[in-house]
Amino acid sequence: MKFHTIKKITFITSLLISTGLQSADALAATAPATLLNVSYDPTRELYQSENAAFTQYWHKQTGQSVVINQSHGGSGKQARAVIDGLEADVVTLALAYDIDAIADSGLLSQDWQKKLAFNSTPYTSTIVFVVRKGNPKQIRNWDDLAKQGVSVITPNPKTSGGARWNYLAAWGYKQKQTGSTEQAKNFIKSLYRNVPVLDTGARGSTLTFTQRGLGDVLIAWENEAHLILKEFGADKYEIVLPPVSILAEPPVAVVDKNVAKHGTRKLADAYLNFLYTPEAQEIIAKNYYRPRSAAALKKYAANFPNIKLFTINEVFGNWRSAQKTHFNDGGVFDQIYVP
Amino acid sequence: MASLTRKKRTILPGFGLSMGYTVFYLSAIVIVPLSMVFLNTLHMGVQPFINAVTSPRVLASYKLSFSAAFFAAIFDAFAGFLVSWVLVRYRFPGRKLLDSLVDLPFALPTAVAGICFATLYSPVGWLGQFADKWHIGIINTPTGIVIALIFIGFPFVVRTLQPVLEELEPEIEESAYCLGATRLQTFRKILLPHLFPALLTGATLAFARSIGEYGSVIFIAGNLPMKTEIAPLMIMSKLDQFDYAGASAVALVLLLLSFAMLLVLNGVQDWQQKANH
Repeated sequence: MKFHTIKKITFITSLLISTGLQSADALAATAPATLLNVSYDPTRELYQSENAAFTQYWHKQTGQSVVINQSHGGSGKQARAVIDGLEADVVTLALAYDIDAIADSGLLSQDWQKKLAFNSTPYTSTIVFVVRKGNPKQIRNWDDLAKQGVSVITPNPKTSGGARWNYLAAWGYKQKQTGSTEQAKNFIKSLYRNVPVLDTGARGSTLTFTQRGLGDVLIAWENEAHLILKEFGADKYEIVLPPVSILAEPPVAVVDKNVAKHGTRKLADAYLNFLYTPEAQEIIAKNYYRPRSAAALKKYAANFPNIKLFTINEVFGNWRSAQKTHFNDGGVFDQIYVP
Repeated sequence: MASLTRKKRTILPGFGLSMGYTVFYLSAIVIVPLSMVFLNTLHMGVQPFINAVTSPRVLASYKLSFSAAFFAAIFDAFAGFLVSWVLVRYRFPGRKLLDSLVDLPFALPTAVAGICFATLYSPVGWLGQFADKWHIGIINTPTGIVIALIFIGFPFVVRTLQPVLEELEPEIEESAYCLGATRLQTFRKILLPHLFPALLTGATLAFARSIGEYGSVIFIAGNLPMKTEIAPLMIMSKLDQFDYAGASAVALVLLLLSFAMLLVLNGVQDWQQKANH
C-alpha cells in the first residue's frame, strides 16, 4: 500500500518536472487547449460524438490536443448564463433569438449569423408528431391537432425554445394554407385548447407523454422523436410526419469577446467549421439531425422523409419579430389564454 | 459619559462585537442580494412596473401561489402536530427511523420530489389511476400544487414543534387530570396555548417556503396560464424573454407580500405570547 503511494508520488513528481522542463513553445503545442461549448439540452449525444471526432481531427492537423467541455440546459437559460458571465467559446443553441440576445449584450457582433454557411446552422431539424402505436386518433396533419377530443402535449413557448418552434410550425402551416393571420390565430387558439399541460422544457413534455401517459400526440423535434422511439420503444410509439412543417435551424456562433480573452479564436473557428465537413455531417445524420450536406442526406435518406419545409424568415420575417409578436408579454400566445 | 456607558453594559460580554457581526452577516447574506431585486427594477419606470406586476396572468399566479401555500401550511400544521406528538410522546421500535424520515423533504432535490409526484398521480400512476377513475383532478390542477407544497413544508412544522413538546412535561397534564380537567379541557387550556406559538412558527415557515417553491411544483402544476401558473414560474418565463427588469418587478412584489405576511404573523405570535403570560 505504502509502496504504491510512494510510486504514485514519484510518478506525479517526475511528470511535473518533465512538464516544467519543456520549453514554452513545446508546451503550447502539447498542453491541451480547452474549449467550452454551451449548448441546449438534446444535443448532448450529438456533441459527445462530434467532440471526439474533432479532437482527433485537430490533433492530426496541428499536433495539439484539445479538451472540449460541454454545457447543456434550456436554450434560453444557457443564453442567460453566457450573458451573465459563463465564458463560452462557442454557443450552439436552439434558436437564433437566443444568440441575438447574447449579441445584444455585446459579446459577439450583431451580424453573427452571416459568418458561417447556411445561416450559421450546420444541421437542421423539423417538427413532427409522436403518436401512440397504431395512431388511434388518426393524426396525420396539423389540422388534426385542433380537433375536439384530441389531447396535445407540447411545452410552454414562454420557457422553452423548442416549444416556440412547435408553435411557429403550427402557425406557419395555417398561415400558408389560408393566407390569413386571423385564421392562423384561431387555429393556434383551438390547438392550445387541447393542451392539458405546458411543461417548462421539451424533455419534460417527453416524460409527460411517455411516462405519465398523458396526451394523444406529442409535438417534438424530429431528432427527439427518433430518440423517444429508441429510448421508450418503437413498439409503443410512432412518428407521424405532417406534409408541411417548419425548417428548425439551431444556429452556432463563436463568442468573439470570450475567444479573444482565452486566445482560442483559431480553435473555435476550426471547431465550428468542422461541423460542416463530411465526417461531421455524417455524425449529425446519425444523431437524427438533418445534415446540410447532400451526400450525407442521401445516405441517410430513409431517416429523413421528404416533406415540405418552410423557413422562419419566409413566414415571420426573422426571429426577433416572431418573438416580439408571438411570445413576449402581451403577445399572441398570451392573448389566446387571457379572456 | 464614562459612567453612562458603564451603566448601559449588560452582564453578557461582547454585545458590540456580536451585534456588529450580526448586522454584517445579515447584510451580506440577506440584505445585499435582495436589494439587487430593488436595483434591477429602479430603471424601469413606474408605468412599466405597474404593467408588469398587474397583468392578469401575473395576478392570477400571485393568487395561486399564496392560496396554495396557505392551504398547504394549514394542512401541515395539523399533520405536523400529530406526527411530532407521536414522535415525542410514544416510544416504539423504529421511532428513530421515522424521525429521520421527516427530514427527507429538506434533503431531497425538490425537482426529484416533483417528478415523483407527477409520476405517482399521473393517469397511469399508482394513485393517479384511481383519481382518474373517480374524476378527481390532481395532476395539472391546484390540488396537485398543494400536495407538492405539503410535502415541502411538512418538516418545518415537525421540527419547530418537537423541542417545545419535549420540554412540556407529562406531569403538567397529570396535574390537570388530578384537578379534574377532562381530556379535551387539558388539550385546549393547557397544551394548545403552550404549543400554539411553535405551531404558528412552523406553519409560517412552511408557508414562506411554499411561496417561493419552484422545482417540485412545476412538474405537477401543468403550468396553464391563468389556471396553474405559480408566481416563480412567471419570473422564470420573464427571464426567458431576457426581461430582467420585468422578472425583478414580479419578484419584488412577491418579496414584499411575503415580508408583510411574515411581519403580521410574527406580530400575532408576540401578541399570543403576551396574552399567555
